[in-house]
Amino acid sequence: MTELTSRAPTPSDAAPARNIGFYATWAAFILVVVLLPLIFRSGGSHTTFSLIGIAAIFALSYNILLGQTGLLSFGHAVYYGLGGFLAVHGMNAIAAHGLPVPLPFVPLIGGFAGLVFAVVIGWVSTQRAGTVFAMISLGIGELVASSSLILRSFFGGEAGITTNRTDLPALFGWNFGPQIQVYYLIGFWLIISAIAMYALTRTPLGRMCNAVRDNPERVQFIGYDPHVVRYLSFCFAGFFAGIAGALAAINFEIANAAYLGAVQSGIVLFATFIGGVSYFFGPILGAVVVTMLQLELSDVTTVWQLYFGIIFIGIVMYAPGGIASLLMMHRPLIRAGTLPMILPAYLVAIVPTILFACGVILTIEILAAYSQGNAASSTIRLFRIPFEAANPMTWLAAAVLTIGGFLVARMTWRGVTAAWDRAMMAARERGYHA
Amino acid sequence: MTNAIEMRAVEKSFGNVRIIQDLNLTVAKGERHAIIGPNGAGKSTTFNLISGHITPTSGEIDLNGERISGLRPFEINRRGLSRSFQVTNVFAKMTVWENIRCAVLWATGHRYAFWKNVDSLPEVRRRTAEILEDIHLTHRRDVPAGLLTYAEQRELEIGITIAGGASVIMLDEPTAGMSNTETDRAVALIRRLTEGRTLVIVEHDMSVVFGLADRISVLVYGNIIASGTPEEIRGNPKVKEAYLGEEEH
Repeated sequence: MTELTSRAPTPSDAAPARNIGFYATWAAFILVVVLLPLIFRSGGSHTTFSLIGIAAIFALSYNILLGQTGLLSFGHAVYYGLGGFLAVHGMNAIAAHGLPVPLPFVPLIGGFAGLVFAVVIGWVSTQRAGTVFAMISLGIGELVASSSLILRSFFGGEAGITTNRTDLPALFGWNFGPQIQVYYLIGFWLIISAIAMYALTRTPLGRMCNAVRDNPERVQFIGYDPHVVRYLSFCFAGFFAGIAGALAAINFEIANAAYLGAVQSGIVLFATFIGGVSYFFGPILGAVVVTMLQLELSDVTTVWQLYFGIIFIGIVMYAPGGIASLLMMHRPLIRAGTLPMILPAYLVAIVPTILFACGVILTIEILAAYSQGNAASSTIRLFRIPFEAANPMTWLAAAVLTIGGFLVARMTWRGVTAAWDRAMMAARERGYHA
Repeated sequence: MTNAIEMRAVEKSFGNVRIIQDLNLTVAKGERHAIIGPNGAGKSTTFNLISGHITPTSGEIDLNGERISGLRPFEINRRGLSRSFQVTNVFAKMTVWENIRCAVLWATGHRYAFWKNVDSLPEVRRRTAEILEDIHLTHRRDVPAGLLTYAEQRELEIGITIAGGASVIMLDEPTAGMSNTETDRAVALIRRLTEGRTLVIVEHDMSVVFGLADRISVLVYGNIIASGTPEEIRGNPKVKEAYLGEEEH
């Protein structure tokens, strides 16, 4: 064992290279945020990118709780939604009184709203972690969501409260009417928030959040009150959720009860988990995937939520570390240069896997067509190939693809596992570890 | 001179069951004090009472002359008492380095700071490196604690316990489950690291107890039946009868 470890590069050797990689990653991230709307120039893609940016901040704020501190919240949308409402009220007040506050500062209103509510609610709800915390978050989520329909003067009932972002003072000639200007406003806050939230993980408090996540009992015996650590973590999560909510309010020019509800709380949990809670950037990936799924899937199929659920269950069962972990497990192989050893196995496995997925999709769509009572007339388009839902040949195709695809895919994935072990072994021999 | 630990007439009941009754224990400053006793005698409960894990039903506990009974574990820890656990109790997903660093943070005054970069705190870095060197885990510093061998985890456990610089160190069966060579290593480590501090240790391995302790207290059915030097304990008929199971008639 010592022999193996002594061959691994020591941290002091690796430090300069790691630093360059670290700053390069952040520079690349900023570059992507800046350049993306210039490459994809359509209004639709600008809207999509805006939504992704908002979702990314929200998911990162959620991961302060879930990934960093080990707190599973079912009510994080409360702080997102209240941030959104306060931002709308703030914008309306700024416009009505002609205050000299330009739009880019409005997310701070949302952030402080989220913070204030987290400061008030968090003290009680973070007394305990685990199930108790989860249940309290669920209860408070329901409480706030239902009061949003009762307190009409503040929440505007079912219709919500509208605003007009162009009524605020312009900044450097930008009035934030066009979507691209809103995108850059969101992008700016995404970069600022991501850097701030990353920096938070590198502070004494951030490290103690991890310690509380791993072992709250032990934390008490090194001088820390786990409740205070959880509470502070909760406050930060509330603050950044509020910023995301305010950006959503700016983007849609409305805040309504849906912002606060259980669905919104569920989506941020999905996004964070699918992206991966154990890496800082995981929730950003999750926000991209979940936002794209929400936008694209609903155009293609009526049962898009079903696919959403299947993907979530698949991730929970087969890749509990999320997309980020799937990517990062290749890192030692890339460093050792043994990645090419598994690529052929991947290429072999991907074909039956896609066929299996097609079989599952066909099956689901046939069932959906029958359950909606329009099977006779409905045509399923899969990769532009039309299938008649009522045609037995389609059923046969679905069955063959599903069963055959599954059996062959299972075999090929065993090949991937074997190739993986060989590549990992070779990487270890070269002194690289997972 | 005040004592490091003083327990006076401490009782602990869970429901109707009295686990600890009229417990009086004095540990002088700088002393290495072992608590022994048969299984179920209440050794771990005594540890939990002193460290604040559980609160006594009645009685008083002082640490360096200051009342600590009724305080929460982190408050007691901040007053200079640190303990380890019988079952390894580390931060499994964090690296060895981070485990020790977390244990150093409060003592170096950084508390809940969210405005400082944890990597650029020279004193924290220095103390963490020192402790790692002390427990011989420097070469494993970037390994997640959960992946260490059992003996290494036990050493890390001791490292976390001493890292905060507490004046009173309590170790709960630090050599449990170790091989003979590992035990010898651990005892040498404990002896070296608790130099100049007060040590309270619960241990089943009698060679460890008699080799390490200045004084020994024997706990039977939640009561200290004898307290003295290793020689006194060895010769004490009550101990032989109650603990070693030898008949004296």
